[in-house]
Amino acid sequence: MTGNDTLTSDPRTADAVGDDRGNGAAPTRPLTRRTWFVVVGGALIPVLVLSIWQLVTTLELVPVSQLPSPAMVWTAALELAQRGELGLYTAISTQRVLIGFAIGAGLGLVFGAVVGLSRLGDILLAPSLGAIRAVPSLAWVPLLIIWLKYGEESKITLIAIGAFFPVYTTVSAALRHVDRQLVEAGRAFGLNGARLFTTVQLPAVLPSVVSGLRLALAQAWLFLVAAELLGASMGLGFLLSDSQNNGRLDRIFLAIVLLALLGKITDSLVGLFERWVNKRWG
Amino acid sequence: MYLASTAPAASGSAPARAGTADAAFAVEFEGLGRSFPSDRGASRTVLRDVSISVQPGEVLAILGTSGCGKSTLLRIAGGLDSATAGRVLIDGTPTVDFDDRTAVGFQEPRLLPWRSITDNVALGLPRGTPKADGAARVARLIELVGLSDFAGHRPREISGGMAQRASLARALARNPGVLLLDEPFGALDALTRLKMQDLLLDVHAAAPTTVLLVTHDVDEALQLADRIILLGRSNELDGSTIAQEIVVPGTRPRDRGSAELAELRGRLLDGLGIDRHGQARGVETTTAIPHFPY
Repeated sequence: MTGNDTLTSDPRTADAVGDDRGNGAAPTRPLTRRTWFVVVGGALIPVLVLSIWQLVTTLELVPVSQLPSPAMVWTAALELAQRGELGLYTAISTQRVLIGFAIGAGLGLVFGAVVGLSRLGDILLAPSLGAIRAVPSLAWVPLLIIWLKYGEESKITLIAIGAFFPVYTTVSAALRHVDRQLVEAGRAFGLNGARLFTTVQLPAVLPSVVSGLRLALAQAWLFLVAAELLGASMGLGFLLSDSQNNGRLDRIFLAIVLLALLGKITDSLVGLFERWVNKRWG
Repeated sequence: MYLASTAPAASGSAPARAGTADAAFAVEFEGLGRSFPSDRGASRTVLRDVSISVQPGEVLAILGTSGCGKSTLLRIAGGLDSATAGRVLIDGTPTVDFDDRTAVGFQEPRLLPWRSITDNVALGLPRGTPKADGAARVARLIELVGLSDFAGHRPREISGGMAQRASLARALARNPGVLLLDEPFGALDALTRLKMQDLLLDVHAAAPTTVLLVTHDVDEALQLADRIILLGRSNELDGSTIAQEIVVPGTRPRDRGSAELAELRGRLLDGLGIDRHGQARGVETTTAIPHFPY
């Protein structure tokens, strides 16, 4: 009977089965699919940049007052670490990003769901949210500082605003475009309300939700630096503005490198989650 | 060959009990009409004055040209759309939105792409089915439609024909009093279509639910139905109504090549606006087929 099925089934099946086998066994995987090549390829440019940086400073092509050497940045890092400031600044910045991201993304999910699922929600909320979204991020800073002072609240609020919009936009758009036929089929089989949402609509938009989360996380780091540059006594953004005032270029480089690393690490974590979601629900 | 694998169903024994309807319901269309608002404020009538009563356990095929409103008729029967005139009664009471006495087999498989075939079929189970019973029933239905080897696959990993079979199994899992099928085999290749038709007959023989089958395939209608209605438009009025009603002679499964069916086929095609070529053109042959009204 199985043989019979294969005979009558359309060619897509055969292709799909063939693909699966290809991924599993893979005796002749192309170079670009091999792990070592991916790792080495990704590290190539950072290593190259670091070498050129070292070379330029060793040959004193640029004065160290304009471009500190990698060793000086490393020394600055050790010095700050000894005073306990490096750990503190990194921790406080990460904490602000995570809290602000959680609040912003959570609200983005809720508002995105309301606007995407209900026509009334769309009519009432979408224009106002669109207008708020159009306000450049830095325009909020003076207002937030007057209302919420220089405390944690003002920074976390700004980061939450930054994280809110990518999630809100992707979720509401994705929900509007869920396959109507699938939704109708769900209703025809007795699903409605929350059960319809969790069975059909939510799984259908999960991949978009996760890519929205990824964008939101990048925005959260962006808004963190904006918040800390303009009013903070701790954190990587504060390190940047403080070092600018003191002319400590080594620390500015250190802060930039740390922001790059932290941003990349958190992005990779969401990226792993995204891969899992795409595999499970995609 | 295919039938051999699901043979017990044909003899009406064990596995086919999966689709058992506790009761097949009568369906009554009473002066049904449906018009849609059109752009210029006027309305476009698609259906008018459709009145017919379908007996419990009967298989009624609804034939018509494309765009004649046959899918709309079916959707109204299932509560997926509402009539603008008249009403539909199922088992004597009017239909409600997404009526749970019906189950729909859509034109497209409409399976949830992130669920396995088993979980997709389980979606059809009526709410409150005990877990163990539900799982057993789903497994039996999947076996019935010949997908046991693919139960754990996702819809995109199987062929279009298999997905359509899974979709049929999902509708059967509902244990419906009325099964509504909207060109369920329309997208399948010719051979698979014939097998699916036989499968549907097996299921119906084992569990005689009422079936409304929308199709544009005259042969399919003749093969499966007890009665065929042909929806069509008369010149002076907008909207389709029942233009012909034909009781199909003989008992199922019918010989696909019988002369009687060939004559009916010609008449139906004629009603669909297809010229019958050759000697028979315009001439009724000698077989004794009753004309409507009977």
